[in-house]
Amino acid sequence: MIKYTLIPLLPLIAFVINILFGRNYIRDKAHWVAIPAIVGSLLLAISAFFDVAGGNVININVYDWIVSGDFNVSAGLMIDQLTAIMLLVVTICGTLIFIYSVGYMHGDEGYYRFFAYLCLFIFSMLVLVMGNNFLVMYFGWEAVGLCSYFLIGFWFNKKSAGDAGKKAFIVNRFGDFGFGLGVILIFLTFGTLDFVGVFGQAGSFAGQTINFLGWEVDLVTLICLLLFCGAVGKSAQLPLHVWLPDAMEGPTPVSALIHAATMVTAGVFMVARCNPLFIESPIAMNTVAIVGGVTAIFAATIALVQNDIKRVIAYSTVSQLGYMFLALGVGAFSAGVFHLYTHAFFKALLFLASGSVIHALHNEQDMRNMGGLKKYMPITYAVFIIGTLSITGIFPFAGFFSKDEILWRAFLAGDMGKFLWLLGTIAALLTSFYSWRLIFMTFHGDFRGTSEQEHHLHESPKVITVPLMILAVGAVAAGWVGIPPLFMEHGDKIGEFLAPVLGHPSGHGTHAQEWFVVGISSLVAVLGGIVAYVMYVKKTDIAGKIASAFKPVHALLYNKYYVDELYDTTLIQPVMKASDKVILGFIDKTIIEGIVNGIPNVIGVFSRKLRTIQTGVFGSYGLAMTVGALCIIGYLFFQR
Amino acid sequence: MNTEVGISLRDAIPFIPELVIICTGLIAMMLDLVVRKKGPVAAFVVFGTLVAGYAMCKLNGFNEPQSAFLNMFILDGYAGFFKLIFFINLILTVCISYRYMIIEKSSYGEYYSLLTFATAGMMVMASATDLITLYLGLELMALSTYILAGLMRNDRRSNEAALKYFFLGAFSSAFLLYGISLTYGMTGTTNLNEISATIQNLNIAGNPILFLGLIFIMTAFAFKIALAPFHMWAPDVYEGAPTSVTAFMSVGPKAAGFAVLGRVLFEAFGSMQVQWTNILIPLALLTMAVGSIVALSQTNIKRMLAYSSVAHASYMLLGVIAGTPAGLVSTINYLLIYTFMNIGAFAIVILLRSEGFQGQDLDDYRGLAKSNPLAAALMLVFMFSLTGIPPTAGFIGKFYVFMELINADKTYLAVIAVAFSAISAFFYLRVVMYMYMKDSDEPRTISCSPSMNVALAVTALMVIVLGIYPEPVLNYVKTVVFG
Repeated sequence: MIKYTLIPLLPLIAFVINILFGRNYIRDKAHWVAIPAIVGSLLLAISAFFDVAGGNVININVYDWIVSGDFNVSAGLMIDQLTAIMLLVVTICGTLIFIYSVGYMHGDEGYYRFFAYLCLFIFSMLVLVMGNNFLVMYFGWEAVGLCSYFLIGFWFNKKSAGDAGKKAFIVNRFGDFGFGLGVILIFLTFGTLDFVGVFGQAGSFAGQTINFLGWEVDLVTLICLLLFCGAVGKSAQLPLHVWLPDAMEGPTPVSALIHAATMVTAGVFMVARCNPLFIESPIAMNTVAIVGGVTAIFAATIALVQNDIKRVIAYSTVSQLGYMFLALGVGAFSAGVFHLYTHAFFKALLFLASGSVIHALHNEQDMRNMGGLKKYMPITYAVFIIGTLSITGIFPFAGFFSKDEILWRAFLAGDMGKFLWLLGTIAALLTSFYSWRLIFMTFHGDFRGTSEQEHHLHESPKVITVPLMILAVGAVAAGWVGIPPLFMEHGDKIGEFLAPVLGHPSGHGTHAQEWFVVGISSLVAVLGGIVAYVMYVKKTDIAGKIASAFKPVHALLYNKYYVDELYDTTLIQPVMKASDKVILGFIDKTIIEGIVNGIPNVIGVFSRKLRTIQTGVFGSYGLAMTVGALCIIGYLFFQR
Repeated sequence: MNTEVGISLRDAIPFIPELVIICTGLIAMMLDLVVRKKGPVAAFVVFGTLVAGYAMCKLNGFNEPQSAFLNMFILDGYAGFFKLIFFINLILTVCISYRYMIIEKSSYGEYYSLLTFATAGMMVMASATDLITLYLGLELMALSTYILAGLMRNDRRSNEAALKYFFLGAFSSAFLLYGISLTYGMTGTTNLNEISATIQNLNIAGNPILFLGLIFIMTAFAFKIALAPFHMWAPDVYEGAPTSVTAFMSVGPKAAGFAVLGRVLFEAFGSMQVQWTNILIPLALLTMAVGSIVALSQTNIKRMLAYSSVAHASYMLLGVIAGTPAGLVSTINYLLIYTFMNIGAFAIVILLRSEGFQGQDLDDYRGLAKSNPLAAALMLVFMFSLTGIPPTAGFIGKFYVFMELINADKTYLAVIAVAFSAISAFFYLRVVMYMYMKDSDEPRTISCSPSMNVALAVTALMVIVLGIYPEPVLNYVKTVVFG
């Protein structure tokens, strides 16, 4: 079993080699280090998957990090059904994206650095999903955030990239602060950080209250909400979603790997992992569901009017993550994880395909300057269509099964569930519209870019298109492991596989109801496509007319509900001003310069006084020693 | 008296590592006369040290303590582990100095010999079970380091440092000798075990004259460890001495000081634990305060690191103050970790020193992250570790020391120490802030060399590995030191 420790270690080794020797020796051969490492991890992950499928849950303590009395923390790995799925998602997407990056990042001066960071990211992500206690998970959690920061700001000469990296890092601090508090509270409550130990006791702590800032609050609810804070930050849910669209400043493979397929789903994974805790707290579950549902529709509306191809997909990611949380919140944990898994394929596909477009157009990302690309880039066009059919939920593509499962489970979850189902269905309509809008603006019509760009238009090389085609297969077939009983008895393989960890969802409905849900969601998926077709292919002037007719609405959506501006005026500016005054004006000017220059204040004077004793005359040093010794001797006689 | 008692050649066996080191130094000195370049001399010293390390492991003193020279010398696990620290210190110092001494135009062959002689002195100290051997080792170490501190003959500050160190060192030796003579007067022996037995037999643990002797001995050790108020030589000497010597001095003599402090206090004066704990606590608090607070106002990196090493001595002392074997283990563990992180930090200071560029000022670190990202990243690791931020080794070192204090019911000391660590974060992280957040348009050359790269790789790796995976080393210290 210990061989599975190699799963995270291989990428770590590749990172060390690349970062140390990349600059001078390996340079543009960095992928020869990185790709074997991740393929090795992939093979081991597959082996682990079959082990788990055979009924073995792997839980090993690799070593004890700190052992001291009651405080005992070990570095341990656990591979259960949930982790096995996550391992496959991370390593499969990782492998394909690594290969894709060989073509995409070709010739970049930071080539070795890029692969080094990617390897470090994969290591961190694998640690995150494989940890058997909260501390290991927390380590991975922070480490993926750090890698994300490095990779968003990869082109650090571009100011916007550096700013986006900082924004992602800082916004995540808010969530991670809550997450950290949650972990501490778990330790205080359960006396351990081990998943097995904590989840085993979860039931016995239900209903206990704790005094928090003067209020009596339910203990488990508080823990869950604090943990969920972390998930909101990491998975870019309202109100901390603002960093993800800006994160698109990073190279496209990074967007696909970190900001679509893996890291942003860590929040979903974490909530699913902690399902024994969340189940004990209806308030926390409702919070998760509502935040998810509202985010799903909120982000989808913004995506309707964006013109940057990557930003549309970024908002789409936020929206789809909202779907996953919606599923978790109504207690359909396996449906949420199922959607995580299918989403990884089709969203990575969409990102990489858009990267192929951007690559062909020499870093043009504005869809208003695209159009008519289908005849130049047939493969990219084809896989884009497949990805879109999958995300919009057309039978029998992967997205259909997972999205339908979520909507059905929401529909069954009482009155609030009906409302959430409605939110989800409207979001599905919007998703279909903006996804097809993207296709039509990019690939149909006439080319709207410069003739210079048109001259260079070409299909991307094989190293880019082959990973796309493999992902396209995933985007079609990945959902076939979760066919609902409606279509096929025992078709929901993934739900049964995950049941030991995530349990069975509750609620039963009639076949007629289920057909109704399936019918409505398929209908809106098609409807959205037709509307987009009419607006962006048939009568291209309609879009502009609608925009000007509903100018305030359009402006509101186009400016993303002014959330960034809101944060800027209510939070960032005051904080900046305060820090200017307090940190620069007071701490820096008074305390720090006080210490250096000796401006009177407590520490400064003390420091300076002590400094003046240090005269440099060794006679006085000898005196100090003598006085010191005499003091001790004096103490000796004082003592008697 | 037993007439058969005497010194035979067999006594030399546990002494082989010292012999190898001394011979290495002597041969290096002669080699220096034959070859022009200093590279082979340095390489030979490293080789000799490795041989000594091999010999020590072969002697298996870790499992079977072997005493020699009429019980004046012992090779046991405790001594053995300290010797490992000295070897690591010596090899790393040689690795970081070669290029640097050329830049300083002070590349003399005797530099390497003196390093080995000083190391031999430390080794004798760690193995001493008699106050006389202890003194012998201490002087061998001290005399060599006096010369090392003044090795840059044309540099006024280096000369001043050597002279100061010499005078004050002599002063502290006088304390030590006086303490030894008082102890001898009261107990009639200089052997540590016999001192302990006599104190118990005669029941003189409360005797003021004996206590006076202990105070004088502790004063001398406090000087070597640089505890306030006996630390005042440290900043001046550390700043004036060649940086590589500073790195060497900030680890080796300090570790040797702790070796003798631990052995003398626990073995000879174990029955007077209450008394010496009461002396050490105020010393530790004063040291912590002086080290952390004065470091705040330093703008010279070497001087800042000098005060930082003063502060670190106080954290290590806390393990001794805990007064338990586990506490002493935490101190030794801290020393090992400190060896790597401190030499690593000094290695970066040396890295910045190039022809015509001192690289000692905080301002010289502006924008290092842009011009030399790897060097900046390494310095960041060392600074984090010195601060004690997980997952670096510095955190583990502090954590166990503080934990042992809490286990020994001295929680208030742990709280104060954590507060001072927080203060110290300010001046360590300021270096990081300069490197990453300030810009500089001056072009900067760094003086890399293969041996330097090895030293940096080893120190950084150990700082990270000991932080993430401290268990084996910690267990090793435990078993080696206390069976």
